[in-house]
Amino acid sequence: MSPLLDIKGLSVSFRTPRGELKALRDVALHVDEGEIVGIIGESGCGKSTLINAIIGLLPANTGAVSGHIGFDGQELVGLPANAMRKLRGERITTIFQDPMTALNPVLTIGAQMTAIQYRRRASASEKRRRAIEFLDKVRMPDAARRLDQYPHQFSGGMRQRICIAMALLTEPDLLIADEPTTALDATLEVQVIHLLRELQRDIGCSVLFISHHLGAVAELCGRVAIMYAGEVVEQGTASDIFRDPRHPYTRKLLECDPGRIAERQEILPTIPGELPDLVHVPKGCIFRDRCPERFALCGERPPEVTVRPGHQAACHKARELVAS
Amino acid sequence: MLLYALKRLGLALIITAVALILLISMIQLIPGDPAAVLLGPLASPEMREMFRQQMGLDQPALVQIARFFGRVLTGDLGTDVLTNRSVLVTVMEQVPFTLALIFASITWSALIGIPLGCFAALYRGSLADRIVGILSVSSIALPSFVIAIYGLLLFSVKLGWFPTIGAGDRGDPIDQLYHLVLPSLAVGLGWVGYLARMVRASMLEVLSENHVRMARAFGLEERTITYRYALKIAIIPTVVLLGMGVGNMISSAVFAEIVFARPGVGKLIFDAISTRNYPVVMGAVMITTGFYVLCTLIADLIAAGLDPRVRSTL
Repeated sequence: MSPLLDIKGLSVSFRTPRGELKALRDVALHVDEGEIVGIIGESGCGKSTLINAIIGLLPANTGAVSGHIGFDGQELVGLPANAMRKLRGERITTIFQDPMTALNPVLTIGAQMTAIQYRRRASASEKRRRAIEFLDKVRMPDAARRLDQYPHQFSGGMRQRICIAMALLTEPDLLIADEPTTALDATLEVQVIHLLRELQRDIGCSVLFISHHLGAVAELCGRVAIMYAGEVVEQGTASDIFRDPRHPYTRKLLECDPGRIAERQEILPTIPGELPDLVHVPKGCIFRDRCPERFALCGERPPEVTVRPGHQAACHKARELVAS
Repeated sequence: MLLYALKRLGLALIITAVALILLISMIQLIPGDPAAVLLGPLASPEMREMFRQQMGLDQPALVQIARFFGRVLTGDLGTDVLTNRSVLVTVMEQVPFTLALIFASITWSALIGIPLGCFAALYRGSLADRIVGILSVSSIALPSFVIAIYGLLLFSVKLGWFPTIGAGDRGDPIDQLYHLVLPSLAVGLGWVGYLARMVRASMLEVLSENHVRMARAFGLEERTITYRYALKIAIIPTVVLLGMGVGNMISSAVFAEIVFARPGVGKLIFDAISTRNYPVVMGAVMITTGFYVLCTLIADLIAAGLDPRVRSTL
């Protein structure tokens, strides 16, 4: 059976005054039915571009888009805007990062929750009842009354619950969660992640979970892809990635995770160096300039090394590097 | 909402009171003896003294201010020194003409300017957007009296399409509307450009906000997003601006009323200043101040009706 979401060789570039910015280069990723896949990467690694490419909301300055995004057998690259719109909010639904600004401030949440059901042939009261049902599911207290309130009357955590309720209301086949917990504090983050997993089990949809919080991804996802500067550098099952990382970037990323640092340290570790310039993409390995393991061969583009079935790392040394 | 309306009304009353006090104080600061000015060089000292007593000008400034305030509260704005009629009656006779002019101007400029701004925002960067932009800025840059004079020359004198002067026959609404066309063109044209620019800017801002992206991610139609999700927010600053604009239009109405020899508050103030008819000037300014405060009050209430966040402030 082919995966629900199957991305192959996806490249996206943007027109900028400095030249063509190659934001995504040859990305391959798949999400099976009912699977939760995590994408980890720092800011500017192309996570948002990847999401926008999937849901067909790339900005106006987008240049060339090439490769394939297969969704349930349908090709999404080059799909007309109207056909793409029909998939959004019906089969693919997205939750965004900042719940504080994700809801329309001048419409009640009830109005917004019924507006997204516009495809459903149901009476207004039926849609309203359904909105209440889903607010109950995300454990919004007193849902029926709060439906007539405006977003500014809810706290950040509550607003993210509303967004999740709205997303689930559409019963998508694929739920994309773009850093849904980044704007929340730690306790709320745990709650939202538990909620997401619980509801994913209920509905049985696939989830693409984007985050730079390693702990959240480890907790939630079966498979993980690590992105760096517009490329997927390593992917595998969560235990492969977290226990036996084979790409130097993944290893550095894990070393920098505050949750994994055992001893007390004065300064939190960071990866020295900066992201490469994506207008003039350097030849060879994209991580070379910052890599502690670099050697002569890194001037050439590394192959996609299969460490074990389902675990790939784009590094010349992938077979040699073993977790210490 | 009711609580907000009450608070906002209270604020409006305070603003009016402060404006009145400023107005009275300014009159007190004007140099020269009103009695000498009004009665002319031939008046005897006794006549001037009598006039001062009659007008209460012999009292200390604070007493004058307090008395004036008291009279205003009871609706007595003084007497027209030329005709001896009540100032309130004189001004109120002219108010409908100015109101008709202002509302005609604001209505047509809003009906054209707001959709034009939406259009320019939706097709930003296109040739149409640029043309709208150039025309808007030109219309803002043209002073209303220039439009009035050239409109008059072209459409009335040369082409003879519209009447030149006056406000039309009393009791004949069609004729009155006919007489409104050119003056309201002069007063409103700048506002078309102003509103178009304003709506375009706030529309672009709203369309780039996160909640619009979210609405798109839910597959809502662009039409729904534009008119139901974005315009309702983008229109709020425009409503507030319109409220102040209607008040401001009184000053551009002055030019139009003079050029077209229309009756109206603007013309009344102009004539009253030329004849040093201070009670009428004061009365007319007070009425227009009240009108201005009323317009901003209404605009704020509409804004609060549109935006729940406004209701929870103040």
